[in-house]
Amino acid sequence: MTVPLLELDDVVVEYPAKGRGGKPFRVLHGISLTIAPGETLGLVGESGSGKTTLGRAVLGLAPVTGGEIRYGGRAVSRLGKRERRALSEDIQVVFQDPFTSLNPAMTVLDILTEPLLVTGVARRDAEQRVRTLLDRVYLPHDAAHRLPREFSGGQRQRIAIARALCRDPRLIVCDEPVSALDLTTQARVLDLFTEIQEATGVAYLFITHDLSVVRHISHRVAVLYRGDIVETGAAAQVTEAPEHAYTRRLLLAAPVPDPDRQARRRAERQKEAAS
Amino acid sequence: MTAVDVEPTPRRDRLPRRTLRDPLAAGCLAVLALVIAASLAAPLLTDYVPDHSVMADTLAPASDAHPLGADGVGRDVLSRLLYGGRTSLLGGTLAVLVAFAVGGPLGVISGFYRGWFDAVAGWIVNVIMAVPAIIVMLVVMAAVSQDLNVAMVVLGVIMAPMVFRLIRASVIAVREELYVDAARVSGLGDGRVMRRHVLPVVVAPSVIQATQVFAVAIGIQAGLAFLGLGKASQASWGAMLGDAFTNIYNAPVLLLWPGVAMGLTILASSLLGNAVRDALGPTGPRPVRKRRKRVVRQSAPAADVPADRLLTVEGLRVSYPKPDGEKSVVEGVSLTVARGEVLGLVGESGSGKSQTAFSVLGLLPDDAEVTADRLAFDGQDLLGMDTAALNRMRGHGIGYVPQEPMSNLDPCFRIGFQLVEPMRTHLGLSRAEARSRALGLLERVGIPDPERVFRSYPHQISGGMAQRVLIAGAVSCDPRLLIADEPTTALDVTVQAEVLDLMRSLQQEHAMGMVLVTHDFGVVADICDRVAVMRGGRIVETAPMRQIFAAPGHPYTRTLLASTLDGGPVRGEPSARPGAGEPLKGMTS
Repeated sequence: MTVPLLELDDVVVEYPAKGRGGKPFRVLHGISLTIAPGETLGLVGESGSGKTTLGRAVLGLAPVTGGEIRYGGRAVSRLGKRERRALSEDIQVVFQDPFTSLNPAMTVLDILTEPLLVTGVARRDAEQRVRTLLDRVYLPHDAAHRLPREFSGGQRQRIAIARALCRDPRLIVCDEPVSALDLTTQARVLDLFTEIQEATGVAYLFITHDLSVVRHISHRVAVLYRGDIVETGAAAQVTEAPEHAYTRRLLLAAPVPDPDRQARRRAERQKEAAS
Repeated sequence: MTAVDVEPTPRRDRLPRRTLRDPLAAGCLAVLALVIAASLAAPLLTDYVPDHSVMADTLAPASDAHPLGADGVGRDVLSRLLYGGRTSLLGGTLAVLVAFAVGGPLGVISGFYRGWFDAVAGWIVNVIMAVPAIIVMLVVMAAVSQDLNVAMVVLGVIMAPMVFRLIRASVIAVREELYVDAARVSGLGDGRVMRRHVLPVVVAPSVIQATQVFAVAIGIQAGLAFLGLGKASQASWGAMLGDAFTNIYNAPVLLLWPGVAMGLTILASSLLGNAVRDALGPTGPRPVRKRRKRVVRQSAPAADVPADRLLTVEGLRVSYPKPDGEKSVVEGVSLTVARGEVLGLVGESGSGKSQTAFSVLGLLPDDAEVTADRLAFDGQDLLGMDTAALNRMRGHGIGYVPQEPMSNLDPCFRIGFQLVEPMRTHLGLSRAEARSRALGLLERVGIPDPERVFRSYPHQISGGMAQRVLIAGAVSCDPRLLIADEPTTALDVTVQAEVLDLMRSLQQEHAMGMVLVTHDFGVVADICDRVAVMRGGRIVETAPMRQIFAAPGHPYTRTLLASTLDGGPVRGEPSARPGAGEPLKGMTS
């Protein structure tokens, strides 16, 4: 295997305790992961498992108190502000909530040109780039002069994806990017993610609670449970024949849209829970 | 994939223009502009020097020489009024500038960086707030300077904490927004994040605060001058009031002019602040609020209803008044639920599924207009019912399980109380009976330590527990129909499975009818007997559950089913990797 794009080595994230002398709150207890260039690593977990914190640690938004995050072989978990900013060219994000992740007072054009203008791209080039980006996420060009509130959830998520793509990143951290969307919108946005990956070779750290989403989009899957990775493997293996008991519980708990299979799954789950 | 349609919407207005469209705001600005213009143009409007006193003119009435008369020591009232305006406006402006120069930057830095700076700044601000303002100013005027402007600078410092707190709170609120995180990830430095994302949010509340500080400062300055503080050469409205007060029996009209000037200026300033705040709120005229209308258009005879029918909805329409006509959200929905039957109401957001469920419960907002050809529950007409009868029906006849368990429990009351109260009202149980029944129910819904949960407040239990509590509450009065609005959407998948198990077993135990609103076909397959698929306020298809999956009739149902990801192919190895061999950009910079 080639050098991984991103490598997490025994990463610990702790938040300081409230008040003096309290024990710090440890969210992640030593996470180790790798993501290869052009690969999607699905990260599954329930609420409180630390999956969002893991994404924020990769983005430099959460304090890494132990272990190391390496990007392209270089340690990046304790960079200074300036160096961290330089890394923003390579690592980008799409957040879960398309309603609060776009500044309501800025037009789509402002939102999309902002990351380009800070790096000294000329305004005209930046606006040209915005048109390419809007094409890429299938939004019309006149969307540029509108405010985020004029768009539906799915459209806003396309804007957020376009913003992430602005500077041609090598890795996008996707934090539950389709959880707030309707079923049909969700499927279309996932297809867009796949299409962009195949065209640009960007890698995704795809965080979600939904096993069927993770199966649809990921090459490999890691399962996070209470701050620990309990299982990592190929998507097919983890989502069809999980080894760890927790993953199996997760799989059996997800209802399938098929009455007979769901009845079997329910019976199996209840049997497992009873034993 | 085709381009996504985006509905065009009307152009938006900027805040200043929106404020000006309010006639009250325009009036306030006109008054302030007049006061400012008159004060600045004082030398052109009067030939008198404000502190030049002519003993012969003492208390002279209005005349050509003195348009507003002269005061108790023979000074021209008009000139004092005009020059006094200068003192007031300058004083108010000084106080505002100083308050914002001190409080503003501190507030922004404290809110943005928090940490030790915030702690120290907060401590200093508290100390300033603890000092009595008027005494400080009296001391300063007595010991340092007789100049009213100096007092106003001191007042500005004393009012800086208000500005500090306001701005700090606004900055903290914005800082938590995801778009600020996104901006950081985009590579924006702190300065840019502050300028582009944080400061614009702070401007509007600052304008409002400034108008209030301005008004207060003018009042306090007048108070000081009224007490006789300030240089004798400094004409001011407060000093005029002081003079008028000593001559109140001889020439009461002297009170009028400074009083009117001060009143108008302070009022205009305060109202302007209010108008800016209003302009920040929802745009457009608010629709006139109507009383809820629940109308049955024609009550068809109930003879043709099968005996096991529990709920009948025919031709249900729900609409809301909007500035530009009505917005219809449910357009003629008809459905039925038999005793012991589970009906799934499936659709995407905005399809009207929750609105349909809520109109059965009579829980729509007051301005909703609900009409139906028939809305009957167990032989009783729900639309014609008065509130008291409806309240008896809810809980006793129809139970409700909401989507967000936490926001549906009152954080101020213990869980036990919230379970016991409805049972005492609806079932007429004694406190002890209701308590033991509640404990039994908590045990029944799978809560391991009922006694502890009974005594807990909602914030002390998890979301899954809270949903169990609400289910216990919903079935506590033996309802015949349970309406569940996305009951498991907010829960983790492992908890969802357990809650669905619980709902299924309770439903079978009590032979309850159930309307389950959901967007998840997995949940439908798990628990429903029949399914109604909604889109755009209408039901496009109703069919037995197995038929929906085996042979969906409507194209929209097929689209929805095709969008579910379960059972789809898994992604293979990462294939095309253009750029995978390139050097990493972040490494070269």
